[in-house]
Amino acid sequence: MTQQGSRRVRVLVVDDHAMFRSGVRTEIGDAVEVVGEAADVEEAVTAVVQLQPDVVLLDVHLPGGGGVEVLRRCAHQGVPARFLALSVSDAAQDVIGVIRAGARGYVTKTITGDELVAAIGRVADGDAVFSPRLAGFVLDAFAGAAEVPSVDPELDLLSAREREVMRLIARGYAYKEVARELFISVKTVETHVSSVLRKLQLSSRHELTAWAADRRLL
Amino acid sequence: MTTGAPSAADSTAADPDRPALRRRLDGRLLGGVAAGLADHLRLDVLHVRVAFALLSGIAGFGVALYGALWVVVPVESPTERAEAAGLAAASRAGRRPWRATRRGDLGQLVAFGAFGLGLVLLLNTVGAGLPLLVLVPLLIAAAGLALLWSQADATERARLLPPQLTPDGAARGGRAARLLTVVRVVGGLALVGVAVLVFLVGSGRQTAVGEALVLLVVVGLGLALVVGPLLWRLLRQLEDERRERLLTQQRADVAAHLHDSVLQTLALIQRKAQDPRAVVALARAQERDLRIWLFEPEAARRSTLRAELEDTAAQVEQAHGVPVEVVVVGDCPLDGRLPALVRAAREAMVNAARHSGAPVVDVFAECVGDSVEVFVRDRGKGFDPATVPADRMGLAGSVVGRMERHGGTARVRSAPGEGTEVSLSMPRPQPGAAATEEEDA
Repeated sequence: MTQQGSRRVRVLVVDDHAMFRSGVRTEIGDAVEVVGEAADVEEAVTAVVQLQPDVVLLDVHLPGGGGVEVLRRCAHQGVPARFLALSVSDAAQDVIGVIRAGARGYVTKTITGDELVAAIGRVADGDAVFSPRLAGFVLDAFAGAAEVPSVDPELDLLSAREREVMRLIARGYAYKEVARELFISVKTVETHVSSVLRKLQLSSRHELTAWAADRRLL
Repeated sequence: MTTGAPSAADSTAADPDRPALRRRLDGRLLGGVAAGLADHLRLDVLHVRVAFALLSGIAGFGVALYGALWVVVPVESPTERAEAAGLAAASRAGRRPWRATRRGDLGQLVAFGAFGLGLVLLLNTVGAGLPLLVLVPLLIAAAGLALLWSQADATERARLLPPQLTPDGAARGGRAARLLTVVRVVGGLALVGVAVLVFLVGSGRQTAVGEALVLLVVVGLGLALVVGPLLWRLLRQLEDERRERLLTQQRADVAAHLHDSVLQTLALIQRKAQDPRAVVALARAQERDLRIWLFEPEAARRSTLRAELEDTAAQVEQAHGVPVEVVVVGDCPLDGRLPALVRAAREAMVNAARHSGAPVVDVFAECVGDSVEVFVRDRGKGFDPATVPADRMGLAGSVVGRMERHGGTARVRSAPGEGTEVSLSMPRPQPGAAATEEEDA
């Protein structure tokens, strides 16, 4: 968790449900500084540019094209803010979509306030936040990669270690528990997770995009 | 054309989910015929395009086939996909990204065109193709028709997409769009006219009777081709409207039902406000109900490992008041010994919910390759496996015993204060082998 001096992490909450926004504000308001709220893509982009938050809590489904659209436009503007996707939707293709567009993690809206604050801290530090569900989606997306010859195997495959870390997270292990289980440091776990995130974002693997389309037919 | 690498989809029984034949708007070069066909036939788009180009060499057959499919095959629509209700609604409201209607590479189109044309000319010089007299007008007419039809597609696309996502939407360059329409229609008509003229002038040497006949056919054909798109769109639109009306009624019914169930839960929650456990249980049950309805496509609710595990977890959660979170990677039909695996997992979940004292139970299942693994984990008080207390005998008997009887393995890992994890593993029957497994009571 970042506590650079006494400066608290500045957070922007983007969600189209006012009730949810105010709920989040009261839950995390003591631990972080909520600098603003936004209800759609247009407002969100303006707020990100003007308020310069450290972390943006971003709803996956948002009027104006969804969270992906916010990420895309903010990337154009080159803002330094980091994004944490927060959603009630379990649609895998949408979740993977925002991660590929640049979000550094995904948590569901049923997360407790303390966990959310911890996740915000991680994202502010530049680390990735993988919930069990996201780890499951990622394993799904990369499944069967070993059989497919590809242009850039480096990006298209998870290493054995990364796969192991993903599986443990999917099994409900916290980073600390993963570290103990594999006899590595928490920092190393974070490195693995960040590397998975990078592969997810950079891989142009045909299967990864086709996967999203296929999955809704499952 | 053997691109169908044996994928995960092939291993899971039959495949009723072949996408319908629809022209695709994204990644298309011309009318999206090849891309749509490739989706439908599960082929590589490139191969389909090469096939069209090759066929064009045979007296322009590929061009004709492409044109025919362009006319007959409807364009894909976002609502037509078998999406879960919540996702479909979010799409309609513009809360999800609509897949960018990006066009394929223009260079590729030119390459294919040149390739096809080259083949035609080659066959001509050999003496096996169409006479130039027929070929040139044919090509000009094809270009004109492509222009006319691309206009029809543009209007249809505008109708299908949410306004803010229309690429050349009326909201942005209204006048530019209209100008483009005029250019397309006039250009298309002009090209068709020129083609007819070229043909008539070229065939001037024919006899009068033949000439009159040809004229009749050519004019009739030209008219049909020009008016055809409009008539066809009109018919399609009527059909679409009828279907939309039916869907609307259906949705209204479902929405009413849904609201009723939510209202009921809210009433119950108010009445049980003093009992936080009951409130949480009610809220979670309702949440699960809604989530399934909103975000899981109909197809996913068949009898598969994923569905069965989620169902089981829901039952355990309801019975013992402890949230059970399920994450499943991959999926497979519930055949062979898998029902026994699910029952063992259920025992493990019940044990964790009843004895561990943990606030939540995590279940992870992976169905990849030739075995299925399930992990049931809690962060509760745990126990020392060396001195198994009486109440944990159930775990050894019903979980480990059951798994071993069915040819699987089970491992229990626990330590006081560390929580418990039960790992289950079961080999999967190979698709070819006869799956004859006795049901155990």
